[in-house]
Amino acid sequence: MEGNHEKARVRLCYLCNQRRAALKRPKTLEQICRECFYEVFEEEIHQVIVKNQLFKPGERIAIGASGGKDSTVLAYVLSELNRRHNYGLDLFLLSVDEGITGYRDDSLETVKRNELQYGLPLKIVSYKDLYGWTMDEIVKTIGLKNNCTFCGVFRRQALDRGAALLKVDKLVTGHNADDIAETVLLNILRGDIARLSRCTSITTGEDGPIPRCKPFKYTYEKEIVIYPYGYGVKFPWIFFIAYCISLLSVSYW
Amino acid sequence: MQLTLEFGGGLELLCDSVKIHDVNVIPNNEVDKLTMKDLLVWVRTNVIKERPEMFMKDDSVRPGVLVLVNDCDWELSGQLDTPLEEKDVVVFISTLHGG
Repeated sequence: MEGNHEKARVRLCYLCNQRRAALKRPKTLEQICRECFYEVFEEEIHQVIVKNQLFKPGERIAIGASGGKDSTVLAYVLSELNRRHNYGLDLFLLSVDEGITGYRDDSLETVKRNELQYGLPLKIVSYKDLYGWTMDEIVKTIGLKNNCTFCGVFRRQALDRGAALLKVDKLVTGHNADDIAETVLLNILRGDIARLSRCTSITTGEDGPIPRCKPFKYTYEKEIVIYPYGYGVKFPWIFFIAYCISLLSVSYW
Repeated sequence: MQLTLEFGGGLELLCDSVKIHDVNVIPNNEVDKLTMKDLLVWVRTNVIKERPEMFMKDDSVRPGVLVLVNDCDWELSGQLDTPLEEKDVVVFISTLHGG
């Protein structure tokens, strides 16, 4: 009985067939070990970048960095792939400070840590500097309804302005496959045909000053969360701390 | 049964901001066997201090909560039916937060 119990618990990785499977990939339902998962995760993102011709050598790229899980992993993976595959990109971290006490302060600390760890220059643009209002002040004035509308509009423009100040060629954000799926459903429910037709594009705003792209378009949220967690062999210890703190910083439920 | 529980991704806020809990769970049945299903009930009663609906929905964890048993996705070991043993480490990570 003991032997059977043990056997049932050990499944081998479908790729290498040597190591114990540690994850069931939501993307493919395949059972994969840690080491193979790293490789596959990073390689798939590299393929998305190459197949969709997201970047050209020599381009200046701003990574929209909120300190959250997607942008932290994006900053790490992009700087790693840039080095490994010689994309020849000049990478920057771009953060927006909306002025929400107890929320943005923690996540900005994470991004400042990312700046040191990844060696990526950081630019922070704040609502206060750009518009003369923090979100705290806006909420005080208009209450808790509709403030998301203000914030969304301000944030988009803040990122564009920050990108212009950095003189970058493109902006990348950490929107993942789950985010895009949610957006599709939202637009269907709203009957917003115009947005529906645009919302799955991997690159947007090509006709504007700063195009934006989403290298994580095909990456599942569960895999982004798992990637650094417990796979610390590859993900340096200090990044893991920053990552956990970034997860803690978003506590509005 | 001695177990180590870890809460991440914001779930620790439901347990007085304590991320790691060393616990002793006594199986509720005659055969001394503990499954994840039993553990979840135990955790909701004994570890979760507030907003249990953020941790569990019906019998299982709320959608968006990842579970690892000894660094292994519980989807590989039978989810709620996953048998637990002495000194096992169970990790709960929420994915429901900003990116």
